[in-house]
Amino acid sequence: MKPFDYARADTVEAAVAGGGRFIAGGTNLLDLMKLQVETPEKLVDISRLDLNRIEERDDGGLTIGALVPNSDLAADPRVIERYEVLSRALLAGASGQLRNKATTGGNLLQRTRCYYFYDTAAACNKREPGSGCDAIGGFNRIHAILGTSEQCIATHPGDMPVAMRALDATIVTQKADGDKRRVPIGDFYRLPGDTPQIENVLEPGELITHVELPAPVANARHLYRKVRDRASYAFALVSVAGVVAVEDGRIAHAALAFGGLAHLPWRNPAVEQALVGQQPGTAAFEAAADALVEGARGFGHNNFKIPLVRRTLIASLRDLTGEASA
Amino acid sequence: MSLLDIFSSGDTRSLTMDEPHPSSLLDSGAQGVIGKPLPRVEGPLKVAGKATYAAEYPAENLAYGVLVRSTVSAGRIAAIHADEVQALPGVIAVVTDYDTFLRNAAQGGDTDAPVQGVEEIQYHGEIIAVVVAETFEIARDAAARLRVDYEPGEGRYDFERYRNEAERPPDSQVEAHSQQGDPDGAFAAAAVKVSAVYTTPSQNSAAMEPHASIAEWKEDGTLLLHGAYQMVASDQQQLADALGLKADQVRIISRYVGGGFGSKLGIAPESVAAAIAAKQLGRPVKIVMARQQVFDATVRRSNTEQHLKLGADADGRIVALIHDSLVSNLPDEDFFEPVGIGTHFAYAGENRRINHDVVRLNRTLSGSMRAPGEAVGQMALEAALDELAEATGVDPIELRRRNEPPQDPEKQIPFSSRALVPCMEKGAALFGWADRKAPGSDRRGEWLHGIGMAAAVRSNMLQKSAAQVTLTTDGRAIVETDMTDIGTGTYTILAQIAGETLGLPLDRVIVHLGDGKAPPAAGSGGSWGAASSGSSVYLACELVRERLAKKMGVDPAAMTLKDGRAIAENRAVDLTDLVDENIVVTGQIAPGKQEKLHTQASYGAHFCAVKVNAVTGEVRVERMLGVFAAGRVLNEQTARSQCLGGMTFGIGAALTEELVHDPRNGKIVNRDMAEYHLPVNADVPQLEVHFLPERDINANPIHAKGIGELGISGAGAAVANAIYNATGVRVRDYPITCDKLLAGLPD
Repeated sequence: MKPFDYARADTVEAAVAGGGRFIAGGTNLLDLMKLQVETPEKLVDISRLDLNRIEERDDGGLTIGALVPNSDLAADPRVIERYEVLSRALLAGASGQLRNKATTGGNLLQRTRCYYFYDTAAACNKREPGSGCDAIGGFNRIHAILGTSEQCIATHPGDMPVAMRALDATIVTQKADGDKRRVPIGDFYRLPGDTPQIENVLEPGELITHVELPAPVANARHLYRKVRDRASYAFALVSVAGVVAVEDGRIAHAALAFGGLAHLPWRNPAVEQALVGQQPGTAAFEAAADALVEGARGFGHNNFKIPLVRRTLIASLRDLTGEASA
Repeated sequence: MSLLDIFSSGDTRSLTMDEPHPSSLLDSGAQGVIGKPLPRVEGPLKVAGKATYAAEYPAENLAYGVLVRSTVSAGRIAAIHADEVQALPGVIAVVTDYDTFLRNAAQGGDTDAPVQGVEEIQYHGEIIAVVVAETFEIARDAAARLRVDYEPGEGRYDFERYRNEAERPPDSQVEAHSQQGDPDGAFAAAAVKVSAVYTTPSQNSAAMEPHASIAEWKEDGTLLLHGAYQMVASDQQQLADALGLKADQVRIISRYVGGGFGSKLGIAPESVAAAIAAKQLGRPVKIVMARQQVFDATVRRSNTEQHLKLGADADGRIVALIHDSLVSNLPDEDFFEPVGIGTHFAYAGENRRINHDVVRLNRTLSGSMRAPGEAVGQMALEAALDELAEATGVDPIELRRRNEPPQDPEKQIPFSSRALVPCMEKGAALFGWADRKAPGSDRRGEWLHGIGMAAAVRSNMLQKSAAQVTLTTDGRAIVETDMTDIGTGTYTILAQIAGETLGLPLDRVIVHLGDGKAPPAAGSGGSWGAASSGSSVYLACELVRERLAKKMGVDPAAMTLKDGRAIAENRAVDLTDLVDENIVVTGQIAPGKQEKLHTQASYGAHFCAVKVNAVTGEVRVERMLGVFAAGRVLNEQTARSQCLGGMTFGIGAALTEELVHDPRNGKIVNRDMAEYHLPVNADVPQLEVHFLPERDINANPIHAKGIGELGISGAGAAVANAIYNATGVRVRDYPITCDKLLAGLPD
């Protein structure tokens, strides 16, 4: 950890004007600072800001303060009732201690678990742009199969953001100049391209203040299914967040987002188009799975993710539609 | 002069196990503490944070060191730019000593220093320097910033690439190559054949407490080192040799150790670095290895590739048993993972070959990790037995019964005791083995259910060990030895042995461990600690009893000691009245002819129930049960904990643990607890442990055998065999992660 300046912000305005990296729970940033993967000159502690409430919205949705801990969000009765997929995703992540510290805003910005990103002796374009990518040609079992680039094949490691992507969340921010903006989660994250070090659209000094969830889809089933190497405290090999409604024997609504596949919580409209209007069943499910893995590319150790996510999606759709094994 | 001789005197009771020792005071004791499931005597200290671990000792004017690693895998250090960090506020020095720093950690029990010299880089992560500062944080920052230039070199990293250049290592505790009869011919002619290659990956002990040292030089030129060690006496010798000192100029103190599992048998690089830095700076230096450094630069269990060939007659009787193993280690290191160690005596079969060859690689040193040999060897052997059962149509337990050897099948000498069949039978009844179904036939929803079993065998060893026992005038016993307690329960079982033989409640027995100035013990390794150090305490107490009987004027055999009183010939005397000056005696045990005349081992049987998700291949262990026979159980609770820990290791080995080396440079890719997957609580269901009553009179005077490594032996194979029973898919490449099952699962 390099020496750094530290300031505590009492207001959002002071925070965004503070000119430093924000820290709240610190569950990811502090680890990375100890390894000097992250070396901020200044930390602005936002943990005292008044952003720790979950509030009703007029449209029947919720506004979640950026500092709401993962544990509290998962346990909120409104979340459990209306957004079960979110509660389940949160509880599938990390450990009890980490969920107590980790915040909603921070969790959206969790950085990849790529082994080579974590090791300063390895080449990593995300950590050190232009240095190369040791994961390509190295051990890449946990890496991405969709949306990769020649520069980076890292995945976003989160669970909560995957559920939020399926829920069409909006991320509310305040910029250094005081301007506020609302960014749909689908526009928030970036694919690695030639700049894998830039993971989202936040500008320097821009602070996530809230996450808005729209009104829940009526009569929908929710599911979060996470496949991992051990029963707890492991990042997703693949995960599926699903919100699906069936009306009159046909799929009326389908929102499906995926973890462990890409540099961001993945969502592909073609997957949902293959489902909406169809009768639930193997034909529709396989069409959706085919659409998902179209263009998927493995890098050796992670080739298994292609059949794995295909199978996991089909099984998830069975659960989401109440269709027993076809 | 041996270590033990240093401490010999007229007040010493020595025993070399040349003869059986049919009677034991532990069977005739009146105190009633031996064998009882008593909680750890030091437990309250540990939960209150008052048990002082290596890194926690206060030292005046302490400086903090952080180790620096090589970031290349081969080559030579060209320059270390110390000046660039030396100027940082709080940095005291960048300490290097290319000739003296340890390149490799030491192997357990060696009395010489391990390989020294770090200017030439042999593996990625080799420790090359230490940055010392006024605080840990400053030292860590400076260590991360320190720039090092290298002249790059060529190394050998990829096991696959060099597997055909494997070489025969020198013999160690097992022969590198051994053969009886005509194994290839008998296999070719066998009615039923199983030929399968199993692989196991590198692993790390991943003890909770990282390796740590505080080095402090005394005015008389001696070194005091608080460290985390399993075998203090030989560790002192290694450290002295590394620093050019005499053994008696180094004192290691290691009172509490947060797990070792083999990784702390020998000294690791931080010890010598701390000693050199402390010497150069004239003040005490503490170094705690970072978790990543523990992975990179201590010791790993070797990866293995094991080719098992079992030839049997139509009834499953083995006629050919071939176990050929490839393992890996650094060039010039003698240690090889003794994969076939248990195969030598586990099953009958006239024609046998057990070979080990080493692929020389520039990877972190391989050495001992919990049950070296058995842990990985039985993951292959016991899975191959399961395959033979399938091939012959014989139930796996019945198959093992048919191959039960009447005596050691290679040495042709008797077993001292061997309860494998009773363990299997009891386990089968308790577990419900009879309910086992055909492979892949028990599907409930998305989950495929199955059960499996495997045998456990683990060689028993006795090592030289000494302890001093003082019976004080106020009627307390004080046990002193440099034996260690690495979380195993040594404090408690030594107190129980002294309490039972001297008739003292445990609050009147004080055990001091881990000080290198105390009589040298066997240390905690090879599962020999309890029996070896326990026997030394037993012998000392036997001598104390004789002194008491003499003072009382009675025959020791006619005297009963209980609750601090000596009772004989209708008299009862308080020890406080009988002992007018402290009785100070030493007991020492040494192995003898008995281990040559009998094959000594402990045995067990594991049973496991799993469910495998038919969609994803994820495995969940639902239930596991082990039955073990290991001679006398000294404390049912700590013994049980040893078995629980071993079984948990088995779950990890079967399902999750893999230390991954990048084939391009040998470096360890997953160097933290997030990505090196130890099983977590959710992976470990209710485990059941049962012991069979047993005494081994050929082993030692307390009739106990090793238990610390029995629980892991065979455990992983029971999980693997259950997975096969659940799915009909045989995965021979451990760990059995979901991706390896996927292709064989139903659509």
